[in-house]
Parts: sequence; C-alpha cells; structure tokens
Amino acid sequence: MATHQITVTVNGAAHAATVDSRLLLVHLIRDDLALTGTHIGCDTTHCGACTVLMDGVPVKSCTVLAVQADGAELGTVEGLAGADGMTPLQEGFQEEHGLQCGFCTPGMLMTGTALLESNPNPSEAEIREAISGNLCRCTGYVNIVKAVEYAAGKMGEGD
Amino acid sequence: MIPPQFDYHAPGTLDEALGLLGSLDDPKVMSGGQSLLPMLKLRLASPANIVDIGRIPGLDTLAEEDGFLRIGALVTETDLEQSEVVAERYPILLDTAKVIADPLVRNRATICGNVAHGDPANDHPATMLALGAQVVATGPDGARTIDVGEFFFGLFMTALAEDEILTEIRIPAPAARSGGAYVKLERKVGDYAVAGSAVQLALAGDGTVASAGIGLTNLGIAPIRATAAEDALTGQAPDDDAIAAAAQAAADATEPIADRRGSVEYKKNMARVLTARAIRKALARAGG
Repeated sequence: MATHQITVTVNGAAHAATVDSRLLLVHLIRDDLALTGTHIGCDTTHCGACTVLMDGVPVKSCTVLAVQADGAELGTVEGLAGADGMTPLQEGFQEEHGLQCGFCTPGMLMTGTALLESNPNPSEAEIREAISGNLCRCTGYVNIVKAVEYAAGKMGEGD
Repeated sequence: MIPPQFDYHAPGTLDEALGLLGSLDDPKVMSGGQSLLPMLKLRLASPANIVDIGRIPGLDTLAEEDGFLRIGALVTETDLEQSEVVAERYPILLDTAKVIADPLVRNRATICGNVAHGDPANDHPATMLALGAQVVATGPDGARTIDVGEFFFGLFMTALAEDEILTEIRIPAPAARSGGAYVKLERKVGDYAVAGSAVQLALAGDGTVASAGIGLTNLGIAPIRATAAEDALTGQAPDDDAIAAAAQAAADATEPIADRRGSVEYKKNMARVLTARAIRKALARAGG
C-alpha cells in the first residue's frame, strides 16, 4: 500500500504523519490527530459537518485526501477558543441559540469564521449563501444566521 | 466511506505530470477532486494511480488575453465568482458557477475539471457549448486545441486522450451587443440539474440575432449543443414567435431519461421553458 510522509499545521501546531494515499483528511484529523470536534455527517460531500479551514479556506474534509493537505495550515473547531475564551462567533451561537443537537455546529463555526474573515459585515443573504453547504436539520437556520450577525456586530464594536 | 486503494502522485511540473500519465498503469488526473473523490468512495471509479495536478504552477491563469478569456486548469469556481472580468463581461459564467454544488465545494472544484469529467449532468459543459469555447489538451507531443462542440462523446467520454491533460479553456471574448445566461432547474440548492439551458447571443445593428449558441444540461447521454435551436434564432428578430420556435427546437434536441428528477415528458418541457427563459435573459443582457 502506498504511503506518504506529510506535514500539516493544525491550529498552529505542526504534525508529521505517514498516511495511505487513500486516507481522507477528516480521518487524519479525527483518528490520527484525535481532534474529534470535526464531525463526519453524510460522508458524501453534501452536509458540511466535516468543514475545516485549509489555508484559510473552508473545505469539506471528507472530500480532500490527507496527502493533498501536505504543507497546509489547517484550522478545526478546537482551534477557535483561546485563552480569552470563546470567539465572538462561538459566543453568538450560545447567545442566539444557534444549535440544538450541535452536530452541524463545528462545520457552521468554521464556515462562519471564514466568512467573517473575508466579509466582516455580511448581509443575511450573504450569510445564507455562505452556509448553504452546511446542513442543519434542527434549527431551520434562523438562529444560526442570527449567531453570525451577533458575531459581526460584536467584532465591529471595536471599530 | 473509504476510497479503494490507489497510489498518489503530485508532480511539480506539467512535463512531470505528462510523464507519469505516459508511464503509470491506469492513471487518472485529479484537480479539485470534488467529483473524483465522491466517485472513488462509491466505487464508481477505481484508478490504480491518481496524478494530482493541484501543485503544478502556472495553471491558475484567469484573464482576458488576445481575444479570449483564458481559464487555467486550476482555476476554481470560487476564483470565477470573485473575478471582476467575469462579472462584467461573462455573466453566463457567473450564473453557472453560482448553481454548482455549494460554496465549500466550489472552493476546491475547478472549471476545467467540471468540463474534463464529461458528465452531462455537470453545468459548465452546456455553458461552454453556448460560448463556443476551445479546450486546450496538452499531451506528450504538445498542446492541441479542440472545439468544445467536438469534445463530448458520451457519459464520461471526451476527446481527451489518456495521456493528455485539459490545461486550459479559452472562451472567445464577447462581441459588442452580446449577452448570455444560464438557467437551471434543480430540486434543491446544489443538486444536479433536472434540466439546464445556456444561451449566448449577439445582436446585429438592426436588432436581429447575429449569432446564437445554445447548450443543454442533463438532457441526454452527453451535453447537448442545440444547433437547430441556434438556427431558429439566427437572422431572426428575437420576438415571441422566434423565441418559442427556438425553445421548442431545443426541447426536440433532448433525449432525457426518466428518473427521480422527472419523466421524459417533464424534462423535455422544462428544456423548452428554461431555454425560453435563458434566451430572454441573454437578450436583456445584450441590450436587446
């Protein structure tokens, strides 16, 4: 079986791994690096539960090979909260009740984080477009949109 | 789901990639992988070797040059969506990119991959047929240019040889008073089309249609160029009768199969309806 030596930076920490050609990025993250905040939902490129940031861009990690991420900077939900506590977006999900079962939340947070990075003050339509690859079966999305709006408002307060 | 076993290669140059295609057993080219990886997981594809062209420099051109919009092999749908020249001069491409899968998939999916895949359910083939695009295939003996009208043969079958890589798509720069639109009917956001119609028109000084390109999505074994529909419009004043005749000719050119997306009768009728809508939208953009 073909294996490859790769190096990835995950949430700021470098990791070396030996991976099979066919290992999916989501399995590297969950099984090899034990970062189980990234979820596997549909496994068919639909639901977005496995969304991670790859060089700052949100991607579905069930549809990327681990070896394709060689040299990449990866961001997962575990990397969001820091010494200062939750990010404004995480706080928004709490304040606006942006989750019920929570399964889609890690993916929503990563997509939302990337959205706010590129567009600090998105409209409701822009938020809905951005999260259209992340499925939620509980909330009807209303409170998720509010959570992103909450974060945008909070992040704008310092301006 | 875990893909079947294969070996993975990430060449650093185009020459190296072509060398691998020529020497490896059962190779498959991958760019964004957003079609190929799901197919691997479902065992719809099981190549012995994957040649990932994603790390080859110089394949990310997206610019107008010498009368063509050049789209390199690694240009993503997101790149297209964020391009000013595309928004200003090729709105039909923006229409198309916006209805492909979802933004996360579009961050990795490439336009050239969408075309090279040869899936009649993919959206860019119809648009490229309407635009009269050229496909650049690079092989061991150099690059050759294929008219996109000669590119699609059948389900996942294209004019690309096994030792060639689709390195670029070239779209003729739009003439004055021209416009295009892509209209897609889908069951839910990001689904494959029930039916889709791409129309690119240029108007003459007297307001008649100087040229028309019409492509159809997921309405046959291969992407369809509706030449009879193009002929029904060309030289005509684009009034209601001419639009209806062209739309009907487009429907007549389809050979859909009945599936969960609808019956043959329904899909043919949607081909007619969507083509009429796409023509009207293209006319509005052309200033007609």
